[in-house]
Amino acid sequence: MIIVITSVIKSLVLILLLLTGFAYLTYYERKLLSRFQVRIGPNRAGPRGLLQPVADAVKAIFKEEVVPDHVDKVVYLLAPALSLIPALVAFAVVPLAPDLTIGNFTLRFHIADVNIALLYILAITSVGTYGIILGGWSSNNNYSLLGALRTASQMISYELPMGIILVAIILTTNIGRETGTLSLVEIVNQDRPWWLWLWLWLAFPMFFITMLAESNRSPFDLPETENELIAGFQIEYGGIKFALYFMAEYISMITGSAIMATLFFGGWHGPFATPGTWYGPIVGFGWLVLKIIVLLFLYIWVRASMPRIRYDQLLQFCWKILTPLSIAYLILTAIIVALAAP
Amino acid sequence: MTLLLFTVLALIALVGAVGVVMSRNAVYSALFLLVNFATIAVMYFMLSAQFLGVVQVIIYAGAIVVLFLFVIMLIGGQIGPVTVGGRRYARLLALVLGAAFLLLVVLGLGAALPPGEAPLGAPQAGSVQAVGQELYTTYLIPFELASILLLVGMLGGVVLARRYRELGKD
Repeated sequence: MIIVITSVIKSLVLILLLLTGFAYLTYYERKLLSRFQVRIGPNRAGPRGLLQPVADAVKAIFKEEVVPDHVDKVVYLLAPALSLIPALVAFAVVPLAPDLTIGNFTLRFHIADVNIALLYILAITSVGTYGIILGGWSSNNNYSLLGALRTASQMISYELPMGIILVAIILTTNIGRETGTLSLVEIVNQDRPWWLWLWLWLAFPMFFITMLAESNRSPFDLPETENELIAGFQIEYGGIKFALYFMAEYISMITGSAIMATLFFGGWHGPFATPGTWYGPIVGFGWLVLKIIVLLFLYIWVRASMPRIRYDQLLQFCWKILTPLSIAYLILTAIIVALAAP
Repeated sequence: MTLLLFTVLALIALVGAVGVVMSRNAVYSALFLLVNFATIAVMYFMLSAQFLGVVQVIIYAGAIVVLFLFVIMLIGGQIGPVTVGGRRYARLLALVLGAAFLLLVVLGLGAALPPGEAPLGAPQAGSVQAVGQELYTTYLIPFELASILLLVGMLGGVVLARRYRELGKD
């Protein structure tokens, strides 16, 4: 029973954290983009514009709910939620901090330590496509349908190199042990030799590109290209329904950064994040948040610097460059793991 | 508790399955199919076959139904409900053949499964380690043969698509 209660409380806290994180991520992005473009950015609501996300939220909630006549109502209303849920639940397997022991009660800072965590993440990201496809279809609009079709092919294509790189990472969990693991909690707790860290960082740019494509971020934001599709799958959405799509995109950025921080940069590990001490969880969580913020900076930096690529270039890049590279990386990793085996 | 969960899940799966054939709109059929696949994935989890459950979601929910939707949208699922004509004897024949197929499935399963209540899998039997161990030792040859079959299918798709494109160019 206690496990049910703690899980529910942890989930609620995590959802609150993610939603706040989303609100301030929009602020972070707008401020950073304006810095990149030598502007000032939002500075009216509150000191330094810090209340801007609150103002945006109030505006989105109190807008009139418009459901166009020509849409498929059930699917149209369901789609934004279907898009947001996967972004939220993927976080369940990410370890946030080392365990905290008070007396004989151990508080674990993750919702689920399952031995299929990496497969779970693959499953959740593949389900995330539905919100966009169905939103585009149910809007009954040519532009949004085109956006939805683009999303489908883009997400399915980029899942392939992502999955292959994940397989390579899973292989490396085998080094120096009897069996490997698929659990993120165990992957974070494993000690890796220095050469393995270097080898994994080689794969980081490839993985980062696939994550950009999976969360439809610039330069891969073709599902919503403003200049040819006037916003793609979300044309017919306004008010809070549009905000839900927006949330899904930004929360999946946060989740993606958390997963990358966990796989490539040691998650909550860092100086003073010692397990077993009272301050360990706080410092550990701080390290994880810091790593996530740095990775989010990367997302926004790419958006400010790169032009959007053409649609055929996008698919060619995936199938002719990224996929062969990731397969080569997998083969080399397999050789390294075989050589490193005792 | 388990029985209650199973009953609820089975009902949802049945509603999904009936919805697939009863929907007049092809996109709705695909969505009902998704409901069905998802419920079956949950049932795998209940039997502690975690690996099977997740793979069910990745392959069926993540790839196959997405491709169905893709095809339905390309050939115009948005045009409207599909109406099926049919003669009376065709429907009757379909009913008889369907019932015969159901009988076949029930008899086949009845012969394959041990009598009595099916034992729940041991907690570790469905784990990734256990499935991997079995696949790469006991069932290595069938596993590799199946992958060759998939590869041939993929190559066939590439060949067909290429020929079509070259014909289109002329």
